[in-house]
Amino acid sequence: MSNKYITSVEERRLNGEDREDEEDDDEGNEKGMEAWERAYADERSWESLQEDESGLLRPIDNSSLHHAQYRRRLRALSAASSTARIQKGLIRYLYIVIDFSRAAKEMDIRPSRGVVVAKHVEAFIREFFDQNPLSHIGLITLKDGIAQCLTDLGGSPDSHIKALMGKLEFSGDASLQNALDLVHGYLNQIPSYGHREVLILYSALSTCDPGDIMDTIQKCKKSKIRCSVVGLSAEMYICKHLCQETGGSYTVALDESHFKELVLEHAPPPPAIAEFAVSNLIKMGFPQRAAEGVISICACHKEAKVGGGYTCPRCKARVCELPTECQICGLTLVSSPHLARSYHHLFPITTFNEVASSSFNNPQHKLPKTCFGCQQTLPLPGKKPSLRVACPKCNQHFCLDCDIYIHESLHNCPGCESQNSKAVTEE
Amino acid sequence: MASVPSKLYSDDVSLLVVLIDTNPFFWGGVNTTNASSSLSFSTFIAHVLSFINSILLLNQLSQVVVIATGVNSCNYIYDSSSQTVTENSENGIIPARSSQILRKLEEFVSADEQLSKDLSQARVFSLLSGSLSLALCYIQRVFRTGSLHPQPRILCLQGSPDGPEQYVAVMNAIFSAQRSMVPIDSCVIGSQHSAFLQQASYITAGVYLKPQHLDGLFQYLSTVFATDLLSRSVLELPKPAGVDFRASCFCHKKTIDMGYICSVCLSIFCKHHKKCSTCGSVFGEAHPEVTSTSDKKRKTPMA
Repeated sequence: MSNKYITSVEERRLNGEDREDEEDDDEGNEKGMEAWERAYADERSWESLQEDESGLLRPIDNSSLHHAQYRRRLRALSAASSTARIQKGLIRYLYIVIDFSRAAKEMDIRPSRGVVVAKHVEAFIREFFDQNPLSHIGLITLKDGIAQCLTDLGGSPDSHIKALMGKLEFSGDASLQNALDLVHGYLNQIPSYGHREVLILYSALSTCDPGDIMDTIQKCKKSKIRCSVVGLSAEMYICKHLCQETGGSYTVALDESHFKELVLEHAPPPPAIAEFAVSNLIKMGFPQRAAEGVISICACHKEAKVGGGYTCPRCKARVCELPTECQICGLTLVSSPHLARSYHHLFPITTFNEVASSSFNNPQHKLPKTCFGCQQTLPLPGKKPSLRVACPKCNQHFCLDCDIYIHESLHNCPGCESQNSKAVTEE
Repeated sequence: MASVPSKLYSDDVSLLVVLIDTNPFFWGGVNTTNASSSLSFSTFIAHVLSFINSILLLNQLSQVVVIATGVNSCNYIYDSSSQTVTENSENGIIPARSSQILRKLEEFVSADEQLSKDLSQARVFSLLSGSLSLALCYIQRVFRTGSLHPQPRILCLQGSPDGPEQYVAVMNAIFSAQRSMVPIDSCVIGSQHSAFLQQASYITAGVYLKPQHLDGLFQYLSTVFATDLLSRSVLELPKPAGVDFRASCFCHKKTIDMGYICSVCLSIFCKHHKKCSTCGSVFGEAHPEVTSTSDKKRKTPMA
C-alpha cells in the first residue's frame, strides 16, 4: 500500500502537477494530501497511544478498553431496564428512510455515504428480524426532492435487501417532510397494538420541503409515530426537534464504525411507552410442522407441495412459511420459537461484577483457576486489576470473552443454569 | 432454517462436544419400568466411550469434549486437547483415556449426588440448559483462536424428560447456536420424544434421532452422529418426523395450539386475561375478539 503511494508522489513531483490534477489522481482518497500525511490521517496512530502517570507514552491495551466500553453499555442498559419495568414494544412496524440525495455521494466515508448506509442497513435488517421476529419493516428512499416507497411493510429480510441493493443511485435534494408524510400515511393504517417507528438515515444538511414541516411533525406526534434520526454530516435543528417531539433519539455518526453502532442501537426493541401503543391480547395459532414427504396443497401458493408446511390449527389450511396470516381464516400463525426469540428481552441476565483485586490477596478464599464457561485459564492476580468477572447470583468466575458472549448472544448464565437452586429462587 | 455452509472452514476436522445425561432418576428407573428396551448406565457409557474413541481415530486433529449434565450441576469431564501424552505411555492411549473419563464421571456423579442431598427437594429434570450453555462457551473459545479451527458441533445424549422451567434458557442457547452456525445433534435414549431437542436440531440443522433398539446404540452413534458436517451434504441422514412447535402457556404451562399473545411482551396465555402477568400491562377494551381483529387486519396493506 505504502509503495503505491510513494510512486504516485514521485510521479507527481516529476510532472509538476498542480493541485487539481492531484485530486483527480487520488480518486476517492483524501484530497490533496501527501503520502506521509495520509499515513497519519488514515491510521490515526496517535490514538493508539496513552500517557501513563509518569508522562511516558504507552500503547493502549485495546482489549481492556474494548471490554470497558462494553461494560459501560451493559450498565446503561440494565439501569434503563430496571427503572422502566420489563415492558418492551415487541411488535414493531418500522419504516427505514434512507437519504439517497446528492449528499449521499459524499466520499468522506469510503466508498460513499450512500453505499456505506446501504451496507449497514442490510446488516441492520438482519439483526432487526433476528431480535424482533414478529415485526415488520418497510423501506423508503429520498431522492430528487421526493420520497419513494421502495418496499411495503413486510417480514422477509431478503426481499428488502434485494430491493435496496438494486437501487443505489444518488441525486437531487432530500425532503424530510415528504418522507414523514408518506410514512404517516402508511403507519396510520396499522393495528393499534403495533409500535410505529421511523428510522431516518440522513446524509444531507438541508431539507427541501413543499410546506410547513412543523405541521407534519405535529401530525406524526399525534399519530404516535416514534421518529429517530441518525445523521451522517452535522447536527441539524430540525432533526433534533423532530426526535424530541416524537420521542425518538437523534445521533450523528463520527465515522463508519460509529455509524454502524448507532444504527444497530435501534435493533433491540425500545421500551414501550404506555400511550404509544394500546396493549392488547392478540389471538394467534401455533401450527405443527408436518412430517417430511407428505404431499398437500398449500393455501398461500395454491400448489401441491411435498413435505414441510404447517397446518392452521383453526381451519386446517396448509401454509408454507411462518410467521404469516392464514389465508382462509385470518388467524395469525407463528411458531413458538418465534416468540421465544424475544424472551431474553423480558428476562435479561444480571450484569457480572468485576472481581476486585483485594479478593486475590485473601488466602482463605481460593479462586477458581479457569473460566467456568470455556475452561480457559484465568490469569492469576497480577498488575492488571480485573481480568475476570463473577456472576453475582452463582458466584462463578468468567473470562472477559465469555462475559461478552454470554451477555450479547447467549443470554444465559452457564453458572446459574447449572445450578439447581435457580429454580427455587425464580419460582 | 439455518443451513451450515460447509465451505466456511477449510478442512473436515471436527470438534465434538458430547453432553451426557447422568440423571440418576432416569438411569435408576430405566431398568425397572420397561425391561425390554432398557439400557444400563454402564452399557451406555461403554457405547459412548467406543464412540468417542472412534471419533478421535477418524482424524488425528479431531477434538472431543465431554460435558456431564446432572440434576444439580453440570461440568466438564474430558477435553482431548488438554490431554498430556505422558500419562498414556503405559497401556496406550485408548485405555488411559477411557479410565480418565470414567474416573472424572464418577467424581462428577458423586458430587452431583452430594448436592442433591444438601438441597432438600430432588428434581427429576437434567440441567440441559446449563450444559448447552457450557458447550457454547467452549465453542466460542475455539472460534476465537483464529480462522483455522475445527468444525464444532454438539451431541446431546438425553434420557430424562424436558424440564419446562428451562424453556427460555434452552431456547436462548438454541438461538445462539443457530447464530454461530453450530448444529445440535440429539439422540434421545428415553422413552418419550423431547420437544426441546426436536426444536434444537430443527433450528440448528442438526440431526434428531430416537433409536429404536438401544442395544445397538454404538451403531446409531457411529453411523449417524460420527459424520462430519462436510460429508453430511452427501449422506441421507434420518429426517425429523414432524416437529412439535406448539407453545406452552405461561399461566398453566399447558401445551396449546391456539392462544392469546400479549402485544407488549409476547407472553402466551390460554385464555383472555385482563392484565398481563409478565409485564403488567392492562389490556384495552375487551375487543380482541376474533371478528374485530380480523376486520382491522383486513384493512392493513399486508406485504
